[in-house]
Amino acid sequence: MSRETMLSTIKSALGTPRETSTIPRNYRLKTGEKDVLHLLEERISDYRARVHITKDIQKTIKDILERLQITKIAVPHDLPETWLPNSVEKIIDHLNLEPRELENAQAVVTGSRLAIAETGTIVLDHSTHQGRRALTLIPDIHICVVFERDIVDNLPSAISRLHSSVEAGQPITFISGPSATSDIELNRVEGVHGPRVLEVVLVKLEPDL
Amino acid sequence: MPFVNPKPYQEAAKIALENPQLRRNLGKATTAIREKRLKVVAELPDWQQLRDAGAAIKENAMQRLPELLLQLEASVQKAGGKIHWATDALEANNIVSRIVKAHQAKEVIKIKSITTDEIGLNDALKGTGITAIETDLAELIVQLAHDHPSHILVPAIHKNRAEIRELFLKSFNLEPKDLTDEPRALAEVARRYLREKFLTVPVAISGANFAIAETGTVGVVESEGNGRMCLTLPKVLISIMGIEKVLPELRDLEVMLQLLPRSSTAERMNPYTSLWTGVHTGDGPEEFHLVLLDNGRTKVLADEVGRQALHCIRCSACLNVCPVYERAGGHAYGSVYPGPIGAILTPQLIGLESDHAQSLPFASSLCGACYEVCPVKINIPEILVYLRGQVVERKTGFFNLEGAALKSMAWVFMDVKRYEFAQKAARVGQIPMTKNNKISSLPGLLAGWTNSRDLPSVPQQAFRGWWRENKGKS
Repeated sequence: MSRETMLSTIKSALGTPRETSTIPRNYRLKTGEKDVLHLLEERISDYRARVHITKDIQKTIKDILERLQITKIAVPHDLPETWLPNSVEKIIDHLNLEPRELENAQAVVTGSRLAIAETGTIVLDHSTHQGRRALTLIPDIHICVVFERDIVDNLPSAISRLHSSVEAGQPITFISGPSATSDIELNRVEGVHGPRVLEVVLVKLEPDL
Repeated sequence: MPFVNPKPYQEAAKIALENPQLRRNLGKATTAIREKRLKVVAELPDWQQLRDAGAAIKENAMQRLPELLLQLEASVQKAGGKIHWATDALEANNIVSRIVKAHQAKEVIKIKSITTDEIGLNDALKGTGITAIETDLAELIVQLAHDHPSHILVPAIHKNRAEIRELFLKSFNLEPKDLTDEPRALAEVARRYLREKFLTVPVAISGANFAIAETGTVGVVESEGNGRMCLTLPKVLISIMGIEKVLPELRDLEVMLQLLPRSSTAERMNPYTSLWTGVHTGDGPEEFHLVLLDNGRTKVLADEVGRQALHCIRCSACLNVCPVYERAGGHAYGSVYPGPIGAILTPQLIGLESDHAQSLPFASSLCGACYEVCPVKINIPEILVYLRGQVVERKTGFFNLEGAALKSMAWVFMDVKRYEFAQKAARVGQIPMTKNNKISSLPGLLAGWTNSRDLPSVPQQAFRGWWRENKGKS
């Protein structure tokens, strides 16, 4: 009932249909940035997240875990074993864990879909190596692995790569630094509800998996 | 619209102006954000092209609204979501409370949404025995203080850290020694209180920053992670969006997601943006409802000049640059939509009948800063002048000089060529009245203006003309 009312009200509000103009898309579809790896490093660091450029995923993750004194982590079920040191206790999520069980993990380790250099953003489509959304939300520390080949220059490049994820029915999460608020006197403060610490492992060369 | 203060703007602003603390809080916050915004906007060499694209995307979407809403309905349903159509606030509130009751929920958690403030959802739910818990830090502050939002982005911008500390001490029964006024410490209190709610409350309610007709994808842009919590953990998600939030295609996000964060929190990107498409098996809510809300929007759409106000993406940049907002704050606008955008949107949504609505288009000095910063190029000064003309017409009958003057001013502002012609005409027309670059007596009905003041004469060369001749010369 309201559906028909609303549709007909909108039509009469618009009056005679007009030719719609084309969208001027003469903004930068590419930035031409050569060194996206270091731009990404710089831009993520601006959000007060830590970036580690490495060729050895396992060693870098081991160092992070030791530095932050983490002994128990949550991981998605398909995370490569070779990324993790043996010493750490793992809670493996087969999409079956209650959110409360995820609270027992001090940190979560995942991969990513892509990263955007210009804005310092990591994008998850919650498919391979990334786990479902709750996994990267509840633990207080997120250690995220980004491969160099998955770094794009800017947002238009990212969106065009994400079409297939959306069409496959995946949810998407854009992450730019740790959770933050600007609600008190418009000052940015890191750490509210999501992970308060974001550690990004930027992998320069493909390791043998 | 609830929270509408029936006082005309000019009366309400007088009260606000007597509060020096409010002015200090606002001055400090808006100055800081203005500087940050300039910096991140200057980083993008194609900012103006992005604004042009943003404006065109919104204008296009409005032209194609019926078709896009039907396409959105089909794609959301295909992805396992349910669509509801609500002509007004009452209908939207009833839809929401029916869904909440069907799940026997006594509490719901909410992501900050001005649209739900607009329809008075929290009070409506309360009336049916359901408690709505705000999870955005600023909304929580406003809710605990039984106050009203005063800014689109930062609803508690009128409160400083010391005031927030006092509020938290009282609301959460904390000892003064256990809580400093450091924003970090204050945020921690909210984290502890809300974590339990995120894990236990079965229904979440959100607004929507945009919904993509092509794919049925809905998006929420946020900072704290409370949004992700609400969108992910509860079993049921209800999102309420104004019909004007629909975008044709996924690709449009490559424009909007560049324009919005830089204009809003003055960041290259906000911490979290969530996109979801219907229901995702094994991940997030099992039930998703999208409520499409009219509530006066079609009235705005019917006005060819005023409909631009529907292009607003709620960034709040126009509030932060407005000299009137900076001094009087958001409450004086008496609406959930404060600032320059509120001054054109509220009167159109609720109609120009009341003294309050009629006063809003005059809550501006027409300095034009709001238009300069608007990421989708809404010509706010043009609509303000246009609405002023309508108010004067209503008050004094069909034709009068002031109304006609405002109308022709609006007509002149709408087009650069007309504007420049008017400037030239003024330069010639003023010659008989000008002495030492001052006009000290205007003729006829305008004499009232110069009885107690001199009017600077129109300069011989306008800035636009000077710029055309001198640009590129250093």
